[in-house]
Amino acid sequence: MLIPVIIGVTFIVYSIMFFTPGDPALIILGENAPEEQVEKLREEMGLNDPFIIQYLRFLKNALKGDFGRSYSTRKPVFNEVFSRFPATLKLSTAGLLLAVAIGIPIGIISATRQYSLLDSITMVLALLGVSMPNFWLGLMLILLFSVRLGLLPSGGDVGFASLILPAITLGTGVAAIITRMTRSSMLEVIRQDYIRTARAKGVAERRVINKHALKNALIPVVTVIGLQFGYLLGGAVLTETVFSWPGVGRLMVEAIKQKDTPVVLASVIFMSVVFSIVNLLVDILYAFLDPRIKSQYR
Amino acid sequence: MSDNILEIKDLVVHYITDEGVVEAVNGLNMTLKRGETLGLVGETGAGKTTTALSILRLVPNPPGKIISGEIHFDGENLLELSEEEMRSIRGNKISMIFQDPMTSLNPVMTVGEQIAEGIEIHQGLSTDEAMEKAHEMLELVGIPRERAIDYPHQFSGGMKQRVVIAIALACNPSLLIADEPTTALDVTIQAQVLELMRNLREEFNTAMILITHDLGIVAETCDKVAVMYAGEVIEYATLEQLFENPKHPYTIGLFGSIPSLEHDVERLKPIKGLMPDPTNLPSGCPFHPRCSHAQDICKERKPIVTNIEEGHMVKCLIYEGVIEAKEVL
Ligand SMILES: Nc1ncnc2c1ncn2[C@@H]1O[C@H](COP(=O)(O)OP(=O)(O)OP(=O)(O)O)[C@@H](O)[C@H]1O
Ligand code: SF4
Ligand SMILES: [Mg+2]
Repeated sequence: MLIPVIIGVTFIVYSIMFFTPGDPALIILGENAPEEQVEKLREEMGLNDPFIIQYLRFLKNALKGDFGRSYSTRKPVFNEVFSRFPATLKLSTAGLLLAVAIGIPIGIISATRQYSLLDSITMVLALLGVSMPNFWLGLMLILLFSVRLGLLPSGGDVGFASLILPAITLGTGVAAIITRMTRSSMLEVIRQDYIRTARAKGVAERRVINKHALKNALIPVVTVIGLQFGYLLGGAVLTETVFSWPGVGRLMVEAIKQKDTPVVLASVIFMSVVFSIVNLLVDILYAFLDPRIKSQYR
Repeated sequence: MSDNILEIKDLVVHYITDEGVVEAVNGLNMTLKRGETLGLVGETGAGKTTTALSILRLVPNPPGKIISGEIHFDGENLLELSEEEMRSIRGNKISMIFQDPMTSLNPVMTVGEQIAEGIEIHQGLSTDEAMEKAHEMLELVGIPRERAIDYPHQFSGGMKQRVVIAIALACNPSLLIADEPTTALDVTIQAQVLELMRNLREEFNTAMILITHDLGIVAETCDKVAVMYAGEVIEYATLEQLFENPKHPYTIGLFGSIPSLEHDVERLKPIKGLMPDPTNLPSGCPFHPRCSHAQDICKERKPIVTNIEEGHMVKCLIYEGVIEAKEVL
């Protein structure tokens, strides 16, 4: 499953990189390099071959495990990507933890007080959270906390304080999605007959919610969290750019600017693989939460 | 201590919805003696489930609300208890079995945990002791104790209902409310589950309210019968009285023309006309639009309880002597 997806994705990315203007050889050598030198480099790099030849050559090498070297740094591409991944993982995890820590409790409270003022406020905030563009929120946070108040750094990965603003930026939308999902899933579950059975047993309301309802309600939420984590890992591009965060997303943006096709491809492949691994982990967690699925695997 | 385990007086329960106020229960009166089984019958929408949920104070709120009335259980008015006191009664002194065993068990908890939970809450036992008791309950309802670690989806419908019964009886309640406990099951399984319930009721000397559409089940199981119509009990009698000598035109309609304990009793016979719209109940006697004996006064005057003989009560103007029946009843 993963292989055809990666082939498809790399084909698209390769085409885009190929057919958009910009000449890698010229970028490597600089604007003022002599024409014959540029031409020589183009020939060496195989850049004069037709598109399909170039793509198939890439694919053939890739299948052998050779993804090439960065045009600009001449290092193997995956070294580049791996060196950037911890930063991305750190940021995504922080964003997700924040989103879960906010989204799940608020979703539960909101559901148990459906139509209350608190519930309405939550739903409005969640709507704002979902619709607010990341980069805009990031810029606003920088303006307020870095420029105006001077409390937090505006960019780079320089310790815990520098993680706060990007994590908020990244986590807000996800928190909103998790809140909504938790709320609707919880509302669905507390109408179920088995919740009435629990109450009829004399179980206290708190325990009805936390023990009987929550585990059932979390099953769909976990799927959403998993998907969101995948998106965070891959979709931190804007946030990483706004905060000059040295992650894979920013590496990819820089590589696109420099027409560094191998790095762009490696980043994309890497993200796809990570996304799939996350999904697999979610499936495992899912089985752990839902005994109906667990017994299917036995 | 009074003879009556349960006495409901003038209970009124409404569901307040966007479409209007559903008058689900309207001045319902009912009594139940210790150890006795009462059959609660009536068409769909008559308010049977709502009455049952009111006793446990579990009418979903919103939209439901107990407007007025008294529910005396063991001499205490349940409607005046705190939520905390009420919780110590639920699943302990009063238990309820719901209609659909497919949905009444929590899919992510083992059946053992679900039985043990009530025991742990009410009997102050440790988790292990409660689980041991849960195993015993499982065996009592005919399920091997090893299956306590299984989840509901690993059981058939009939087995699930046995688990539900085990949950309900775990704390040896003095009142068990069973809301159509077998409707969702296959006919053969129905008989087994009913048999089990009858045996256990005798063993534990539990009073029971059995809600059902099935007059056959009533005939086999109940001591008393209350017939509900539009949120009221319109006839209340012993099993014999009701089957041999039904009085209310609605009850007579339910039994068809020849009601008898000896004959095969079938499911409730449909009566011409529809259940009235509960958001807009008819004035006077709520049955008048469908009653073949109805006269003008039935549209205005609400019948009160008339005693036919000891323990046989009916709400109909004929027996108040206000009007004459069209033919001999
Ligand atoms: N949650 C609810 N919200 C609004 N109306 C309700 C609700 N529950 C029940 N009702 C209405 O209250 C009336 C009585 O319902 P109830 O469930 O008590 O009837 P029932 O006698 O148990 O019927 P059935 O035989 O179908 O189970 C019906 O008109 C029903 O539509
Ligand atoms: S009071 Fe009138 S309408 Fe009601 S059941 Fe008796 S005869 Fe019929
Ligand atoms: Mg019902």
